[in-house]
Amino acid sequence: MERTLKVNALGMSKADYAGATSTLCKGCGHNSIANQVIQVAYELNLRPHEIIKLSGIGCSSKSPTYFLGQSHGFNGLHGRMPSLATGALMANHSLRGLGVSGDGDTGSIGMGQFKHMVRRNVRLVYVVENNGVYGLTKGQFSATADYGQDLKYAGHNDLPAIDICMEALVAGAGFVARSFAGDAKQVRELLKAALSHRGTAVLDIISPCVAFNDEDDSPKSYSYGRKHEHALQDIGFFPADEEIIIDPQEPGQTTTVELHDGSKIRLHSLEDNYDPTDKAVAVQRLQQAEDNHEFITGLIYYDQSRPNLAEISGLDATPLAALPDEALRPTPAMLEELMHDYN
Amino acid sequence: MGVTEPLTRPAPDKGVEAVVNDFSIAVATANGTGSQTANLTLLRSFFKMGVPVHGKNIFPSNIQGLPTWYNIRVSRRGYIARRPAELLVAYNAATVAEDVASLPPGGVCIFDEGVRADTSREDLIYYGVPVKELLKGNPLKGKLRDYVANMTYVGVVAWLLGVTLETVEEALSFHFGRRQKLVDSNMTVVRASFEWAEANLEKKDPFKVEPMDATEGLILMTGNEAGALGSLFGGATVAAWYPITPSTSFIDALRSHAPKLRTGPDGKPTYVVVQAEDELAAIGMVIGAGWAGGRALTATSGPGISLMSEYVGLGYFAEIPAVIWDVQRVGPSTGLPTRTSQGDLGFAYRLGHGDTVHPVLLPSSIEEAFEMGHKALDLADVLQTPIFVLSDLDLGMNNWMGEPFAYPDGPIQRGKVLSAEEVEERGFARYRDVDGDGIAYRTLPGNPNALSAYFARGTGHNDSALYSERPQDWSENMQRLLRKFDTARELVPGPVLDTMADSEVGIIAFGTTRYAIEEARDQLAEADVPTDFLRLRALPIGHEVREFIAAHDRVIVMEMNRDGQLFDILENECPDDVHKLVSIAFLDGMPWTATWVKEQVLRALAEGRN
Repeated sequence: MERTLKVNALGMSKADYAGATSTLCKGCGHNSIANQVIQVAYELNLRPHEIIKLSGIGCSSKSPTYFLGQSHGFNGLHGRMPSLATGALMANHSLRGLGVSGDGDTGSIGMGQFKHMVRRNVRLVYVVENNGVYGLTKGQFSATADYGQDLKYAGHNDLPAIDICMEALVAGAGFVARSFAGDAKQVRELLKAALSHRGTAVLDIISPCVAFNDEDDSPKSYSYGRKHEHALQDIGFFPADEEIIIDPQEPGQTTTVELHDGSKIRLHSLEDNYDPTDKAVAVQRLQQAEDNHEFITGLIYYDQSRPNLAEISGLDATPLAALPDEALRPTPAMLEELMHDYN
Repeated sequence: MGVTEPLTRPAPDKGVEAVVNDFSIAVATANGTGSQTANLTLLRSFFKMGVPVHGKNIFPSNIQGLPTWYNIRVSRRGYIARRPAELLVAYNAATVAEDVASLPPGGVCIFDEGVRADTSREDLIYYGVPVKELLKGNPLKGKLRDYVANMTYVGVVAWLLGVTLETVEEALSFHFGRRQKLVDSNMTVVRASFEWAEANLEKKDPFKVEPMDATEGLILMTGNEAGALGSLFGGATVAAWYPITPSTSFIDALRSHAPKLRTGPDGKPTYVVVQAEDELAAIGMVIGAGWAGGRALTATSGPGISLMSEYVGLGYFAEIPAVIWDVQRVGPSTGLPTRTSQGDLGFAYRLGHGDTVHPVLLPSSIEEAFEMGHKALDLADVLQTPIFVLSDLDLGMNNWMGEPFAYPDGPIQRGKVLSAEEVEERGFARYRDVDGDGIAYRTLPGNPNALSAYFARGTGHNDSALYSERPQDWSENMQRLLRKFDTARELVPGPVLDTMADSEVGIIAFGTTRYAIEEARDQLAEADVPTDFLRLRALPIGHEVREFIAAHDRVIVMEMNRDGQLFDILENECPDDVHKLVSIAFLDGMPWTATWVKEQVLRALAEGRN
């Protein structure tokens, strides 16, 4: 039997979207997310050279090595990937940014940069691989660790958890979602939608740490997630050139949202009256989830009205990095005129 | 240029020789009263008369109320270092006592009668100005009235020194960008004061300004403006910054000139300026932009440099172009934020943990600030590394005379960047030293060749940019970075050498201390101590510096910091000649004077003979 390699519309196989072999622990949630990134890029026919991968420091930030090996990437500093991404995407705003951070990288050392990137609305998918612990330094609580949790190494957590989605909302993000590494389909659909967003798209993905925080009673474990995940919607992503199919069974529960690039998401609501375009509702729902120890996932908030930083900066279609010398160096006559002005 | 009509001033007292075009004026006012306009008007008036001039703003870290001084040096011989003032404009009651006390015998005190100056010193000449009276009937109210109040001393000083009203008007017109309404409202006060002085004062002092043609064709500009313009002509595309004195006016200038200089044919900007949330982010943006092919810069000062250290280290190790302007102020810590310094040299040179070392450019004038503005961007791209430009508050925020800037010679240099086709033809390994100069080839994100992709990282890597903990990979890469640094020695701006006949003494210095040193060297030569002067314009040092040290018995290394940071670097670089080096390092926030430099050099030489 002859085997043919499956390829996408660009003639690329899934292997073409792969990266180096992961050096993370076997079963780490981050590996599962990396695989979904590969799958998404393959399914969406993305050109690897149009994507840049950016990360900070930590287990999460290693993971861009493990996908899209044909894309340029930059593993920056702890908590300071947002500024790196901002600069890179100003120099070349035609690139699509895919940032990967972790709960320590975003929720602690990088909180300032995270919120300011969101405030500037840099066009970037910002994934937080959230496991509530520091892995590489062997298991300390991170700022997103659950209140009252006990861990073998870290002890008892007396402090409330920082909610990445809440912080993103408050900072002005127009795309805020939460997912679970164990829910591959939802991760994929949210990633696809995020890639089509106009500005910063924040994806807080609970991604279990099998080494330090995967006990059954930990809210950031696989078993807990599988048992307790409460999706707000069933999400389907449809590229711009694809027709959308609406389930005729429950028309009232299903809404379609057109994204910035013409693609669409179909949201089949699994919860009455949840409107992800209402910021006050989103904040309230997050608070309610915290109060009731609910693990909600899905698209928490969506608003594409705010222009991104490149748009605010008035940049032309040609990236700054691609401008020819003539565009960058004023003429001798301009210098002469200036010198006259200062005479 | 040049006003040529004869002076109509009454001559000074018989028997007193006129002092023409050779004195300093100190203007003492309170911060935030708009005295800057008045001071710059005087400065530019002298400049318009063709007389070499320089102004230094000695100001507090404060928005309103604290004392501030403006020193104007007028020198027919072209000396522009700070010099204690013979003429004082005493308009600040809070400091009038110490200001008057600081005048030398024969000095002149022009005071606002409202500040109640103590006129008991008999060796001074006093002129009281009835400021309140002169403003009577002026329609301006409140703050605006305070602002124009300072124009009274412009009128009186102009009359005393022999500056015509036409010249003052020309200077004011420049200051207000030819907005006639503003010019007129200020001129009204200048004229009234000038005419009052003419009618009521008797000139008793010898100081005069007479037209010359020494400023013909020159420009007057601050170093920060010059650096910003240089950057714009150097093709800067991304500027990220966080406000900090004394660098803020660098970005202000960049932003004000960019729309005119750098708008594309389609009306879109060919640059972006991002005000970051802090310096940690500003440098992160610069590094990100440099990696993606931007010509990126930031401007900051010492505290900002402290915050930037980790990203600069990453820029060094991952080999990312970046330009960092450090307009130095006095540290450590918040230090003296409005005073000048050369205290960041050692820190910037070695910024980062582990083995890091960076090229540092050292401008001393507005011409060099402009030139280094565009050269730094070229060097960053050519060397693929962060480049520091160490200016200082004195150069950055004060107005300096200079030659009109030379247009950059040669095209923009972007260094070793491979296109998709070139990657195809020759292959690509990000950190491989193909040419033997330590500089590897790079590719930019967006390159469609799949083989061009690499993962930039601060972690150990082999020459293909893959993660590596192999001891050999680490040490070989670090040695290559040293080779690259050696290549930089020949690429950075070389030193400027000025020699005198029969000199056995060498002086090495950099930046704005040159003005006091140059003046002191003339004084030393008159005292039969000729010196040679090597003015460093960049680190790392090249062969010229080694040769200079080798050729002299004694080399004095002068710098404006406490610890002798350049001295340390030279000791390290020239171990065989350490015994020849003498350090003169001193910092108190004030620019040096020639008298002080001369004394220090003589003292050092005397001690050296022990």
